[in-house]
Amino acid sequence: MKKEKTMKLTLPVEEYMNPGHLACQGCGATLAMRFVLKGLGPKTALCIPACCWAVIDGPFPYSSLEVSIFHCAFETAASSASGLKAGLEMVGDKDTTVVGWAGDGGTFDIGLQALSGAAERNEDIIYVCYDNEAYMNTGIQRSSATPYGAWTTTTPVKHFKNRPKKDINAIMAAHRIPYQATASIGYPEDLVKKVKKAKETKGTRFLHVYAPCPAGWKSRPEDTVKLGRLAVQTGLFPLFEMEYGEKCKLSIKVKERKPVADYVKLQGRFRHLKPEEIQIMQEEVDKRWERIVAQCGG
Amino acid sequence: MKKVMMGNHALSWGAQLGRAQVIAAYPITPQTQVVELLSEMCADKSLDAKFIKVESEHSAMAACIGASLAGARTFTATSAHGLALMHELLHWAAIGRLPVVMGNINRAMAPGWSIWSDQNDSLSQRDTGWMQYYCASNQEVLDTTIQAFKVSEALAVPGMIMLDAFTLSHTYEVVDIPEQDKVDSFLPPFQAKLRLSSDDPRAFGGLTSPEHYFELRYKQQKDMEKAPALVAETGKEYEKLFGRRLELIEAYRNEDAELLFVTSGTTGYTARVAVDALRKEGVKAGNLRIRLFRPFPFAELRKLVGRSGRRVAVVDRNLSFGHHGIFFQEVKSALYGHADGTAVFGYVSGLGGRDISLEHFKEIAADALKRRPPAEEIVWIGVRK
Amino acid sequence: MSKKKTTEKIVLATERDFPIMPMSLGTMHHNRTGAWRNIRPVIDKENCIQCGICWKFCPDVSIYVENEYPVIDYVYCKGCGICAEECPSKCIAMVEEKK
Repeated sequence: MKKEKTMKLTLPVEEYMNPGHLACQGCGATLAMRFVLKGLGPKTALCIPACCWAVIDGPFPYSSLEVSIFHCAFETAASSASGLKAGLEMVGDKDTTVVGWAGDGGTFDIGLQALSGAAERNEDIIYVCYDNEAYMNTGIQRSSATPYGAWTTTTPVKHFKNRPKKDINAIMAAHRIPYQATASIGYPEDLVKKVKKAKETKGTRFLHVYAPCPAGWKSRPEDTVKLGRLAVQTGLFPLFEMEYGEKCKLSIKVKERKPVADYVKLQGRFRHLKPEEIQIMQEEVDKRWERIVAQCGG
Repeated sequence: MKKVMMGNHALSWGAQLGRAQVIAAYPITPQTQVVELLSEMCADKSLDAKFIKVESEHSAMAACIGASLAGARTFTATSAHGLALMHELLHWAAIGRLPVVMGNINRAMAPGWSIWSDQNDSLSQRDTGWMQYYCASNQEVLDTTIQAFKVSEALAVPGMIMLDAFTLSHTYEVVDIPEQDKVDSFLPPFQAKLRLSSDDPRAFGGLTSPEHYFELRYKQQKDMEKAPALVAETGKEYEKLFGRRLELIEAYRNEDAELLFVTSGTTGYTARVAVDALRKEGVKAGNLRIRLFRPFPFAELRKLVGRSGRRVAVVDRNLSFGHHGIFFQEVKSALYGHADGTAVFGYVSGLGGRDISLEHFKEIAADALKRRPPAEEIVWIGVRK
Repeated sequence: MSKKKTTEKIVLATERDFPIMPMSLGTMHHNRTGAWRNIRPVIDKENCIQCGICWKFCPDVSIYVENEYPVIDYVYCKGCGICAEECPSKCIAMVEEKK
């Protein structure tokens, strides 16, 4: 005999996304959007450059989101957001949160200049990079966010990506912005908390959100959330916050990190890796973990 | 109030009187004074605007687009390579129907580095959908800027205002600065046709398939075709308030002219001096200075060129490589079928800021009077061959 | 889309029906993404512990709460399987779609 009880929902209930959108089955980027909008609420305007979300929302004359979107040019998430924020304030709207919402390509690569400029000026915008570790919208080409070892169409197995992932968080820390954080769709409560904190802060706020992509990672759609958790539990994607490039705070103190091999084996993009190559990945993850832990005061 | 100022500052004053609300700009010679004065105006609050000190021209135009979409009146200025760096976004602003107004100092493209006057920078953007005005005096720059806001906002089409590098941007002239309250009565606050607002959330600029793209462009062209009449009407309205009228094409001693120069920018003023000199020598010369280049003032040009039998000498401080001077191409094509018997010749001169002098105009006149039509080759004036 | 839920395709007959720049006029509800499925989630309500995890992790907003229990919206559910995979009491089965 079951006790009748209420459903305890751990995230805000209000939805700002409608179904019918064009995301692939199991899309991590869509979970990222759904969670972030729950944290930001309706008075939000997104500047979305070329990326999966330029398409997921739906073509003209439709949109599946309940907030305003400005589809902007590829390099311009941060510069469009800077202008949009300034314009809104000048016409009397000081409440709408302006968000630059870009993928890893539009953040780490082509959009990096505009992001650096906006951060240096401390523009009053939130910049969210949803990171699926390649140019997925154009068919899985490598970006500087693609991790060591990954297959992409431009880093095929014989020439797999042989450079480490660019450390975007160190770059943003160097700009000494008021708030930055990493988050994962595998930990939505943590993500929403960080979004809410960002919303209450003024100046440039940067959120690096880990968003697995079944299509590009060659993983099962149902494993997306599991991968979002494993990335954190292996120490591959540590969750932390920073203020002004320091005051680093770990969000989840992983006591015994899972081996990177557990993460790698769920993704076809790593299938070609030899044990010694996985070991290189493991060492890189270990080094980075130690560094973050030390930065966050051990 | 009359004030001696440089051409660049006339742009700044135009933006200030026009009550620009967001300015995003990046420095480039010879535009820097435009933004420096605007910075001061924002700092001492004589202009209530946000000045975003962006880190490149590409970001400048991106920020202007964002601000304009929010419904703010937006202004920027650049030159040459800065304009070229904005190219992708010039399309964006125009197709996005955002009435950004921009000053562009016509400066030669590199390599080698040049800071001197040449029109290739703006003319290579003529297909992007921006209105283009070519100015010849500091007063005209200020008056055009204020009027440009009005026309652009009425049509939802962005506009750029050209000044020759140094010969206009840095030349000091007396400018009559209109009173702010009179400008306010002429130019009310910006009422955006479409704007981004949290009160009515929409997605702007989403993926547009072949099923929908064509009609949007049709609308864009149709609205742009209203511009010549609107620029003329706006000019008349401005004249009523401020006593100065600007034409789409400034005609000088053209009615009985046998030889018509067609010019733009400050070259158009040298042409007037040449016309007077030639008349003294018995040549019935005249000048048409094209001020509105985009949209092209077809009707106005055809009316002014008028009767057949004339010789038209188009002087281009620009060149579309592999083709001809750009004003020449456009004038010739506009007159096709409308000015039978009129011979149109094209002269390329002054690239990279080389002076186009009175002597050069006399050389052009002598050539145009004896050249046998239909001469289609480029006639180079002032090149060491 | 202006909060107006549009469940049918929007037809723009002539240029006069278009805004001057592409601006959304409705939602994506006409796009019934349930047609993408090969397998569908089926919730065993008896064993459901009402934790809300399936609702939380649906990328397609296709699990809603009704009378304190999760319900699958089969019009839009794409059959990704995240709900079944994440369910702590394993009460969601992924079942082949009948053709």
